[in-house]
Amino acid sequence: MIDVKDLHFTYPTGLEALKGINLTVNDGEFLAVMGQNGAGKTTLVKHFNGLLKPTKGEVLVDGVSTRDVSVAKLARNVGFVFQNPDHQLFSETVEDEIAFALKNFGFEEAVIEKQVDWALNLLDLTQYRKTSPFMLSGGERKRVALASILAWDPQVIILDEPTIGQDYQQKEKLRQFILQLNAQKKTVIVVTHDVEFVAECNPRVILMSQGKILAEGIAKEILTNQKLVAQASIVPPQITQIFLELADLGLPTDVIDVPEATEILLERLRERS
Amino acid sequence: MAVIETRDLTYTYPGATKPSIKDVSITINKGDFVILTGPSGCGKTTLCRCFNGLIPHFYNGTLEGEIVVAGLNVADHQIHQLARHVGLVFQNPENQLFALSVEKDVAFGLENFAMPRDEMRKRVDWALQMAGISELSERPPHELSGGQQQRVAIASVLAMQPDIMVLDEPTSFLDPVGAEKIFEVINELNKKLGITIILVEHRLDLAAKYANHVIVMDEGKVVLSGTPREIFTSEEARLIGVGIPKATRLYQQLKQNGIDLKTVPVTTEETANLLREALKHD
Repeated sequence: MIDVKDLHFTYPTGLEALKGINLTVNDGEFLAVMGQNGAGKTTLVKHFNGLLKPTKGEVLVDGVSTRDVSVAKLARNVGFVFQNPDHQLFSETVEDEIAFALKNFGFEEAVIEKQVDWALNLLDLTQYRKTSPFMLSGGERKRVALASILAWDPQVIILDEPTIGQDYQQKEKLRQFILQLNAQKKTVIVVTHDVEFVAECNPRVILMSQGKILAEGIAKEILTNQKLVAQASIVPPQITQIFLELADLGLPTDVIDVPEATEILLERLRERS
Repeated sequence: MAVIETRDLTYTYPGATKPSIKDVSITINKGDFVILTGPSGCGKTTLCRCFNGLIPHFYNGTLEGEIVVAGLNVADHQIHQLARHVGLVFQNPENQLFALSVEKDVAFGLENFAMPRDEMRKRVDWALQMAGISELSERPPHELSGGQQQRVAIASVLAMQPDIMVLDEPTSFLDPVGAEKIFEVINELNKKLGITIILVEHRLDLAAKYANHVIVMDEGKVVLSGTPREIFTSEEARLIGVGIPKATRLYQQLKQNGIDLKTVPVTTEETANLLREALKHD
């Protein structure tokens, strides 16, 4: 469990990035952190594995303040996948990249081998085992970064913009995979601008603006609230936009995804014929 | 009139065992707004590197087949010659920006062309204005937000007034409102200045409405090429995993369930209008 209490953070440049955040993230939860560029989303999640320490207030991971634990120790439980994979990747082969942290954590060779195989397979990277990460495309490098974190099986997984550069099938796999992690009681925290991805997953959403939490609730509530969404520089999902447009015909306005929309429309259209 | 034409273009990176693009034959016309899409690793970025000569002149490797850009045979012309015609905006603006101020970054390409100072000043101001970042001209690029950096990258390419702009996921780090603003800038360059746009993009929901031509690649080959409407309704596009806009997906779902809205919508406005009609008439 992650407990954030009155968290303030000011960068050395004087930029006040977080201004009093209160939040609880439960085990097994799927949380999406959304909001405009510069809202403080990444700054917030960097506190969860101790990469940043609060200027004021505190962050407790399983009851322990992040001030009292090293990043190396926190990392065992909280894995962080950066927005830009190039900030993370450095090994000569994909396989070495994925094995790196496992070696650092002191796993046995046999375990490392098994975990590397598992992660490669999971993220469709087996064919690139011996390839340099830097020979891969942007989207593939992003998957290598993810694989290298998942390999050591942390309890909390933080993904900063995981859908960037991913095609639709990869996004769908990611969605399935997150659900699977949740089922194993793992916590997944996603920082994202991808409203369509969030609409398909319907997680709990916190909406940030200017260093504060503007609103929180399930995606279906948040993404269909026009006022909130505009304040956070987000655009409602396409399906919501369509239903808002048709609100005068008595259609509901809190629809976010295709299957639900299809059902509602079929019912309406069949009623009439 | 074709500004880019390739015939059986095949390219293999140095040391690679198989080609990254294979037998690519495409025609892009002057003033087109093209979306180039396909699964990650399908060869989109590699193809873009051919348009401005990075392939073969910088990356080496083996280039076979033919490619002519703005009337120039890419194999026979140097990157700096091609750069006058083709501007490339990278996926990650950090890979492109390096100067100490935004305006120096934007002026860099022009300095290399040995352009007179007055003319250069005008061009830089114009490019900054078009990209909507005039107020950032003195700021160091590395202190800017991802979205601002993406605009600087666009301005630096725009300053060269290229005939063709190739943008590799130029909004990937932006919030949706920021992304929409960038797409509007790009659209203006296309519609007002007639610059040919080639946009590499997965998020078709945001970009589809501006494009007149969609090219889909898979495993190094061009597998589909046509108007957005043709591509979004093709079974092949779905199978490859092209991110068909939800506005179009809803149309398809209704059709599968026996409700045909007759025309294929590409934008939310179009879908809403079709639904309004259907709900009224029935």
